[in-house]
Amino acid sequence: MVSVYPFSAIVGQEEMRLGLTLASIDPSIGGVLILGDRGTGKSTAVRALAHLLPTMKVVRSCRFNCDPSAPVQECLSGCGLSGTSGASKSDTVPIPVVDLPLGATEDRVVGALDLEIALSRGEKRFEPGLLARAHRGFLYIDEVNLLEDHLVDLLLDVAASGENVVEREGLSVRHPARFVLVGSGNPEEGELRPQLLDRFGLSVEVSTPTNIRDRVEVVRRREAFERDRDGFLATWASKEAALRRKIVRARKALGSVEVGEQVLEKAAEICLALGTDGLRGELILVRAARALAALEGKSSVANTHLRRVAPTALRHRLRRDPLDDVGATSRVERALDACFAT
Amino acid sequence: MTARSPDKQTGSGPGSGDAVSAVGDPQDVLLSAVLLAIDSLALGGAWVRARPGPVLDRWLSVFRECLPPETPVRRLPVHVGDDRLIGGLDLAATLRSGRPQVERGLLAQIDGGVLVAPMAERMTAGTASRLSSVLDTGIVAAEREGISARWPARVAVVALDEGRDDDEAVPAMLLQRLALAVDLAGVSIADLNRIADEGDLAAMAQAARLRLRDVAVGDDAVEALCAIGAALGVPSLGLAGLAVRVARAHAALAGRAEVADQDVSVAVGLVYAQRATQLPGDPADPPDSEPDPPQPDPPQDDAQKPDDATERTEPETAADRLIEAALAALPPNLLEQLAASAARQRSGANTGRRGEGGLSRRRGRPVGSVPGDPRRGDRLNLADTLRTAAPWQRLRGRDGDRVLVRPEDFRVARYRHRTESVTVFVVDASGSAALNRLAEAKGAVELLLAECYVRRDRVALLGFRGTAAELLLPPTRSLVRAKRSLAGLPGGGGTPLASGLDMAAAMALAIRREERTPSLVVLTDGRANVNRDGEGGRAQAMEDALDAARRIAGAGVSALVLDTSPRPRPEAAEIAGAMRATYLPLPQADAATVSRAVIAARGDGARRQG
Repeated sequence: MVSVYPFSAIVGQEEMRLGLTLASIDPSIGGVLILGDRGTGKSTAVRALAHLLPTMKVVRSCRFNCDPSAPVQECLSGCGLSGTSGASKSDTVPIPVVDLPLGATEDRVVGALDLEIALSRGEKRFEPGLLARAHRGFLYIDEVNLLEDHLVDLLLDVAASGENVVEREGLSVRHPARFVLVGSGNPEEGELRPQLLDRFGLSVEVSTPTNIRDRVEVVRRREAFERDRDGFLATWASKEAALRRKIVRARKALGSVEVGEQVLEKAAEICLALGTDGLRGELILVRAARALAALEGKSSVANTHLRRVAPTALRHRLRRDPLDDVGATSRVERALDACFAT
Repeated sequence: MTARSPDKQTGSGPGSGDAVSAVGDPQDVLLSAVLLAIDSLALGGAWVRARPGPVLDRWLSVFRECLPPETPVRRLPVHVGDDRLIGGLDLAATLRSGRPQVERGLLAQIDGGVLVAPMAERMTAGTASRLSSVLDTGIVAAEREGISARWPARVAVVALDEGRDDDEAVPAMLLQRLALAVDLAGVSIADLNRIADEGDLAAMAQAARLRLRDVAVGDDAVEALCAIGAALGVPSLGLAGLAVRVARAHAALAGRAEVADQDVSVAVGLVYAQRATQLPGDPADPPDSEPDPPQPDPPQDDAQKPDDATERTEPETAADRLIEAALAALPPNLLEQLAASAARQRSGANTGRRGEGGLSRRRGRPVGSVPGDPRRGDRLNLADTLRTAAPWQRLRGRDGDRVLVRPEDFRVARYRHRTESVTVFVVDASGSAALNRLAEAKGAVELLLAECYVRRDRVALLGFRGTAAELLLPPTRSLVRAKRSLAGLPGGGGTPLASGLDMAAAMALAIRREERTPSLVVLTDGRANVNRDGEGGRAQAMEDALDAARRIAGAGVSALVLDTSPRPRPEAAEIAGAMRATYLPLPQADAATVSRAVIAARGDGARRQG
């Protein structure tokens, strides 16, 4: 295992760190899109996130990451058939963070005929792809704006339906594929289709720090890490552990965090003021605020939580006016100022 | 230098590296080869601007000699496919053995070695992003053709850039990860040979490699390199980190136990000098003034300044000394050359240039294969057909060497269905047009840009005024960039309509060569008064313009002419006629009409490819 730069050692980039943390507390927030300059630690952060996530239980030897408490009846590994729910043997595994490498072919993404079995035994068997591996975890696409269109379409479809349907090479297979989509990219290199934008729960912006002390610190830590990885990881181990505990605690507390009527109304008001399409924005806004409250150990969601997550939850959902010189961020900020002025 | 027009001192694009360079210093050039060889994996590689020739050969041979013995060095084929680069199924071996045989790609094969990429300016964004990912992680992940594998691939990349002008550049994404940037132009081979033969470079490099781990890097040096990067408009922190490593390698070479001022200077020269996009300090300063101690923050960052000024007190002196020493080591012509290109930079043309270049998938690019019948005129995809047939060989009772292929195995190539179209805006920014509402024309273009954005077209922008035409924006999907370029378009001067149309025609043909569909939108009042040679004279200018227009018609490029004069005039209509373009006087054209006209002129971009 190649050692990975620790999440807590990332300098600055609060918005990105918060976004990723919230998404790992509540996967139903639905993913994070990270946009910004190169070399700002986007992929570092996502790969580091994998080491912060808690574990999950899966049915033993299930190739589709079935949940032992609710095995899928038609799972190809036969999880749902092995008895009543809960009876199947289970393993505890880290929540998967699956990297979709550039150049991945469609057959590896959705799954395809298992060549090995087919060649040696002449049997048709389905070999699960990356989507199956990412089920109940995270799917990370670096340079998401460089992804080929036909793969984007496919991902959108699966992300929306939570199910991967394969009809190819004489195979007809379906399996659940619910994952948190994490994408990163540089908008200067090509923009994203609005449909893809909408699939991400949160959209965070990163930029190269301009403050000289931060800049020096970034380079210094990076250098320290490269020169002595083990030593560096040891230095940060306690901070990492503390953050992991915080996330685990927040995940547990999530269900009991109260969302008051007033907060719901406020969320509706904000979305109305911004004219975001559909209810999705409102839903995500509330969920993100709740995850934040859980992270902070609060028992209920307050307006301050809404205020803090609103830019990331909403800025990519504004009806697009490509000619508006005012960035989406400042439009959100303006609306927020108005909503919270009263 | 690729001077494009007489009124500009350099035709070099900001960031292309032409503008600034330590051109011609054989010492530095050699040093870059030795330093890269000392710590190639940590430095990521080098961006070497050079044409093939003895100088480049010598540079490469010095580099190879200085590498640890038996370091693999391989050339990257120019249009390498994923199967070769990343790896894939070895079809022959698979069929022979009856079980899937995986073949590693180049990247995994040269783990620990160096990839030399000739003609890197032709590299697609796809290849660049794969290389970047490998440089970042040291791992190549293959998820293709039924295989799922990860191999270690710690490599360095030497990108040989033969780009001659602005249109061709190495993808910026890759350049950000290569520490060294050198220009071999102007280096004499005699000098290079003389210096290279002076000492045993390989032995020196080997000795330096042994010392490398023990070289300490002080905070001053890190701070200075960060600050200088920001001051020169190279904000990438990745590069700042790489610069630190270059300084360290140089210290090791010099036998120092700690990075010293000289090492920082060398790093600035070899990492930043070619990439600088602004003057140290306030870019508005007259270039003849002394170079100020650089501002730690980019100039636009007003908010940070006050608190920084108060906080940076103690370490300032040491770092500042380093900064001054390093800046003094920059080539003397840096300042003036930057000043010459500063105007262009402010128009924003330098950001992320060419990053989008390889985003395109060429029209008609196969995007996979489907079952089909090649006898019906579809193109057989042989590899996929064999791959489909492979699993069944045993069942079909294969014996001997013949592969048993049945009709149901046939796979035919499927091409991308939608033809991508590129709308080229050709904007008349001459004095008469400026008078005639250039601002409104810009407004119209913005609306069209929005339309193109919605359709996911690419747009490009050409402007013409004074004596020549100018490419303001190569085809891009980035609306942000298009708008920025447009906003930065100044008005005034003559109307070199012929030059504008000639450039548009050349661009249209280039777009077509890339198998996309070009369409032109020309905004002009048609009052040409500068001919092709850049000379005044209405009659000749008009003649040239009509000739240029007819060429566009001859090439069959669809076009739209928007007449920007307050009262529609015969000239623009005449030009449109010669171009066989749709003619639309702007006074009648509200936004909706304009965009409908563009769509009509664009023709059917959604043709199917066979």
